[in-house]
Amino acid sequence: MGEFKVHRVRFFDYMPSGIRALAFNRDIERIAVARMDGSVEVFHCSDRFFQEKIIPGREQCGIEGLSWVGERLFSAGLNGGITEYDLTNQKVKYTIDAYGGPIWTIAGNQQGTHLAVGCEDGTVKLFEVNEDKIQFERNLDRQKSRIISLSWHPSGSKIAAGMMDMIQIFNVETGHSVHRLLADRGVGTSRSKECVVWSVVYLSDGTIISGDSVGMVKLWDDQTGTLIKSHNVTKCDVLALSVSQNEDSLVAGTSEGTVVQFQFISMVLGKDDKEWVRTRTFKNHTHDIRAVAEITTAVVSGGMDAQLVVRPLLDKVEVRSAASALRKIHFPHRRLVSCARKSGLMLFQYPGHLELWRLGESEGKGSSLFVKRNPEKLLHLKVKGEDHIRCSAVSPCGEWIVYSTASKLRENTLHGLKHFLFLFFQISKLPMVLSSANQLCFSSDSSHLFSASAQSSVHIASLSQSGCKFVGTLKPKSGSHQAIHLLAASEDGKWLASANSDHEVHIYNLQTRKAHCTVPVYSSAVTAMGIHPTTNCLFMMYADQQMCEYSIEQKQYTDWSRTVQRKGLHRFWMERDTPCLNVMFNPQNPSHVILHDTYMLCIIDQSLPLPDDKTQFYNQLTLKSLPEEQRKSHSHAFKVCKTFKDILCVELMSDQSLVVVERPLEDVASQLPAPIKQKKFAT
Amino acid sequence: MVETSDIRVVRCGGSKVNLTPPIISSDSRFVLCTSGDLVKVYSTRTEEWLHSLQGHTNQVTGITLNPANHLQVYSCSVDGTVKLWDFIDGILIKTFVIGCPLFAIYVSEKHTGVLFLHVSMATDSKNECFQLVSVHLPKSAEQEVEAKEMSAVSSHISKNPSCTAFGRGGEYIAFARHLQLNVYFFRKQKTYSFSLKATDKKGAKNAFTCIACHPTDDCIATGHEDGKIRLWRNFIHKKEYTYSTQHWHHNAVNTLCFTPEGTHLLSGGIESVLVQWQYGAGNRKEFLPRLGGSILHISASSDGQLFCTSHSDNKITVIESSFKVCGVIQGLVKGDAVLTDLMIDPRSKALVLNGKPGHLQFYSLLRDKHLYNLDIVQQEYIYEAGLDQFEVVKAAFDIKGSWLATVEERGKKSSDLEFFLKLWAFDERTQSFVLNTTITAAHTDRIISMCFSSSEETTMLVTAAEDSQFKAWCQGADADTQQDQNFWSCDFVGSYHKLNPTNCSFSADSSLLAVSFQEVITIWSPDTWEMLTTLCQPPGVIRDLCFGRLSCSKYLLGTTTKNLLCCWNLLTCELEWSTSVDVSKLQPDPFSENVAAFSYQSKHTDLFVFKPSEPRPLFTNKNVCSEKVHRAVFVPREEPLNSCDESTQWLNRSQLYFLTQNMDLLTFSTATEEDRMLSSSKQLVIDDSVAVTPFYLLLGKHRQQQQKLNTQSHPVSDKPQQTQGSVTIKELLHTPAHVLPAASVLCSMFVNSFLISNTGVQQDPLREEMDSEKEEEDSEEEMEACDSQQELRAQGSVDEVTPKLSKAQERELKRVRKTDFSWMAGLIDSKP
Repeated sequence: MGEFKVHRVRFFDYMPSGIRALAFNRDIERIAVARMDGSVEVFHCSDRFFQEKIIPGREQCGIEGLSWVGERLFSAGLNGGITEYDLTNQKVKYTIDAYGGPIWTIAGNQQGTHLAVGCEDGTVKLFEVNEDKIQFERNLDRQKSRIISLSWHPSGSKIAAGMMDMIQIFNVETGHSVHRLLADRGVGTSRSKECVVWSVVYLSDGTIISGDSVGMVKLWDDQTGTLIKSHNVTKCDVLALSVSQNEDSLVAGTSEGTVVQFQFISMVLGKDDKEWVRTRTFKNHTHDIRAVAEITTAVVSGGMDAQLVVRPLLDKVEVRSAASALRKIHFPHRRLVSCARKSGLMLFQYPGHLELWRLGESEGKGSSLFVKRNPEKLLHLKVKGEDHIRCSAVSPCGEWIVYSTASKLRENTLHGLKHFLFLFFQISKLPMVLSSANQLCFSSDSSHLFSASAQSSVHIASLSQSGCKFVGTLKPKSGSHQAIHLLAASEDGKWLASANSDHEVHIYNLQTRKAHCTVPVYSSAVTAMGIHPTTNCLFMMYADQQMCEYSIEQKQYTDWSRTVQRKGLHRFWMERDTPCLNVMFNPQNPSHVILHDTYMLCIIDQSLPLPDDKTQFYNQLTLKSLPEEQRKSHSHAFKVCKTFKDILCVELMSDQSLVVVERPLEDVASQLPAPIKQKKFAT
Repeated sequence: MVETSDIRVVRCGGSKVNLTPPIISSDSRFVLCTSGDLVKVYSTRTEEWLHSLQGHTNQVTGITLNPANHLQVYSCSVDGTVKLWDFIDGILIKTFVIGCPLFAIYVSEKHTGVLFLHVSMATDSKNECFQLVSVHLPKSAEQEVEAKEMSAVSSHISKNPSCTAFGRGGEYIAFARHLQLNVYFFRKQKTYSFSLKATDKKGAKNAFTCIACHPTDDCIATGHEDGKIRLWRNFIHKKEYTYSTQHWHHNAVNTLCFTPEGTHLLSGGIESVLVQWQYGAGNRKEFLPRLGGSILHISASSDGQLFCTSHSDNKITVIESSFKVCGVIQGLVKGDAVLTDLMIDPRSKALVLNGKPGHLQFYSLLRDKHLYNLDIVQQEYIYEAGLDQFEVVKAAFDIKGSWLATVEERGKKSSDLEFFLKLWAFDERTQSFVLNTTITAAHTDRIISMCFSSSEETTMLVTAAEDSQFKAWCQGADADTQQDQNFWSCDFVGSYHKLNPTNCSFSADSSLLAVSFQEVITIWSPDTWEMLTTLCQPPGVIRDLCFGRLSCSKYLLGTTTKNLLCCWNLLTCELEWSTSVDVSKLQPDPFSENVAAFSYQSKHTDLFVFKPSEPRPLFTNKNVCSEKVHRAVFVPREEPLNSCDESTQWLNRSQLYFLTQNMDLLTFSTATEEDRMLSSSKQLVIDDSVAVTPFYLLLGKHRQQQQKLNTQSHPVSDKPQQTQGSVTIKELLHTPAHVLPAASVLCSMFVNSFLISNTGVQQDPLREEMDSEKEEEDSEEEMEACDSQQELRAQGSVDEVTPKLSKAQERELKRVRKTDFSWMAGLIDSKP
């Protein structure tokens, strides 16, 4: 496996942002997640919940609601605007003001014709969804208090609106209120507090289900406007509700961090008189659950503790596999750290600023080394404007920093870092074409910058002391126009590979600036890729944990890759639940490929045989105990190191040292606000 | 060596009442529970034991109401029979012979004529494997029927009977074993099974401990080892079944029970808190805490007004649906171990042993009733595992029952042993024992043995301890103490060659005290404290010591650890005889010369009853039980038996009870005794259990008096004797209300009928006379059985009664003549 000097970096104070809203689109199997910092992420549910798209947020843009209309995604927030997203290019398409004050909720009808928003001023505003924009249609009867939650009847003729202390049912045709359902306040001291109906769900049989701040899930009849049944779920608030497609299951998220499931079950078997019965309780969160979504085979929940939890419903899962396991997504599936391999610099990307650090130095030998020089923060670069950073990169030589927000691309030159006495930087003037980038990458000799742009194209800019000059654009021959999320340049500067969210991987020849070839499209998204420095093979990792090696020169998969496909990967490898985030190559040992995900670091030795399902996968300890001569027969290609946990990034520097950037979850948890205090037994 | 079959081991008195769930009769008046070989019927209102259903010959393992007739009850037993009883009258209706040991019984309304039984499948007892079988009851008029039509329902049955339950209307039966829940649908003849993981990351223990089915909904409640309760629904789907989990109990849920309406679920566990969950309302629950021992079973009456919980301290609590305890039926409390000997309180003839922690309990074996607890330690007991707390380890009564000596100790495991010797005096006024003296440092080490002198005049206590001393304690010997209160103080300290004493015993007349020091028995005179002689029969340390009684008082018996039973003649100071037998308990009968010896050999216990003077045992019973017996006691009978059979004669004056290591209290019963009890039980009538209302008192007393008159004074008379009052009352009650004269007319007459007439006053001494005669008669009748000559006298006594009879008749006639039938005339007149 080899020995590396490891820089164990724990000073990247990345804080994931809390989840505010979830929206599930059953047709395209995508779930959209809105976070507290205004960013919107799209996860692919059937591709192991890979984070396909990230649309960074802005300062002061609190999203309160998300809604899919067809394949279009809308959000509304407390700034009073409704935003539509351009999912192809992963940016905001437009924002229009609803003129009703802060918007608390947004809901689209099932027909895909209208959007309703609930505003602070007590109006429910209907917007017509047109081809390219949305158009204000009219207001429903204005109420006295703010509209907290909305739900359309599946037929689209009625809307239930949750407010303070009550629920109103509107007829959409006339715009008038049909029923007023009064929600009880709590008993005792909480009697003086208003009861907030945090969430409502309107079922096709006319049942309205509400979750409120008293901790009740209540079932109402919309014909008579009466309460059918109420379940006391928690002592605190029920913040979110979600019903399954066939309306036989309902999940409620509470501020205690529990998800409570209700099922529509016949009380006497074989008869039709069904009732909503509280069944299971899931506790996977430590903080408030702000959003839940019941997708076909699982319950997805997110909240203040910033993790997205996918809890499978085993009764709905056909085949139990790694794809249907409990999944907790803590970190983005993108790299937030870039390293200047040759100069020992690291660039940390925060939503609103960048930090440049120089690695420390050490001396001595052994398992833990004495630190000679502490790591040093060289630069704290704040973003101009309100937009958050979309992507960033530092050049291998450490002289260039480039970052892009949703609308602007900026580049900084760092001169004199070698002397580090005079530290100054200069904001280069960039050509207009390079206005915004989805992904950024430097060539290995730091002479060129590759910037992934709209239409799956890649712009090339050459870098020199005088500045940056636009050189040309690489365009794929055909295919989709989805945004590129990965770029990889070869060591010799000849090849560039790009992967987009439609799973396409294009390879360009940089010398001719022409598309060279396209890797056959696989059903799963590429999560990491790299071009081998000596053989110029493209090594790709997929979200479903498969791996491929593609020879660029021969335009075909390598023999090793075909062997892997034929023999299949080990069960333990396939059962990992986080995608590989980086592919590196060890120049001293060309047969080694270094990979990492959140929980482990792995070196694949392509010269060794592949393990089958019978062999022991984690065999390092067994190998250690064996005598030298027997080791060979027992070893296989995968060497897994689990010393590090909660890894954000691993990079192999040019001096053969590894940089491992960890972000322990305990540190994240300690920075979260205090959760609701709960009595625990025997404490 | 007579191996008799008419003496057998029975569980009678002091048995577990908490073995199976108690059942409440449908009118909520009776609670039925199994108790050893019997089924006992208690009143729910008065907590009194009304009668018992006797007939099984082994442990009764299950009872259930007959769904076809709510006045009948089925019981099953290890003896392989199911019996159908009329539990109100205590009459055995039918016996179904199944033929193999039965461990639980279930019935359902839907399956008429079918019983569901737990039977043991395995041939060897170690590999316990149970099967649920359904038995079709043959329709036959005979008393004893063999039911052979059996069909197995399932063989995956837990040995715990509460892991099986019938679902809604008997449509399905749910049973759980280990981690698997099975639901068998009778109509479809299909089993659905659901299994849980043994443990999970959070340390849950998911094994099933009990099951209950909702009466109207398809919902199964299961209890689990870690205290969770799961409510299963939709269990006709292999995959889409679902359950919700509730967690309150911190340890295993012992029992679950739905109320008959299905609105609530009751659960209980080791916490001894009855929890009532509202069905369908999630977490809403009510508690009834501090019920005593941990809850083992819960049952509800059919109208849902009463609940019954049975507890591990052999108790049944009757609880109203408003969660108020309204009755406690306390059985003999048997903890994990009985540290004291079994003793008989000479005053109340009650069995005395350890009861609640730190208490001595007084239990009447004859009435099978817990009398009271005597708090010895007088400290709060903390229910927590691993705490070292004071426990009563020794107790002894003096011969009159006016003194009680107790030893409590703490620190058995640790080195710092702490113990107190306490002496309690019987207070006539309060009718209980009052603490007289507490001796904190009676000895420097643990007290091994303790006995009171058996003489009537002076009471003396001898304690032998591990500090190689024995001490004699006397009352009031200390002059410093106040005059009016007589405290106990040490009178004499004796030792022998620094050897540790092992046992001590007084002779029947208290003239001799025997103290055994390891292998040596020393005989002392308590008057002069002079050592008279030593007896020794090596090898082996002396374990038990006892003097012979009555005609055999010259003998001293001793057992050694080297399996030797020795008998010394004290007159000659020589070994009379000895035999090699491993005696675990030697128990002399205080009322006869007999001595009972329990010996443990090759995994079973044998009993020998012998007289020290005779080398041949009177009675031998091989294989009494499979465990070792360390505690036994002879309990005096209330009325002696008069059996002439040599083998049963030793049971005439007293009854031998013994306690096995499984804490089963067993006794011996003879065939004649059983016959008598069986016949007497059939005479019982419902009147005994009728609620005591004022009206009942009015009418009932009258009738009883009259019955007494009938049975006592006119045993040969055929004439029906009716007092005037009862006639009137009968007329009153039996005439339809609308043809009766006005109440004002009847009132004076009715009241008159209750007034004590002059003749009545005269009658009283007469009746007393007759009562005494009756007693004579009774005692004579007893002798009749053995002595046929007495018959003549008995006849004579009848002759003697006849003239008095005529007197009484005369009186009655007079009274009848005086009877005012005018109201009848009025009645006739009023009619057109």
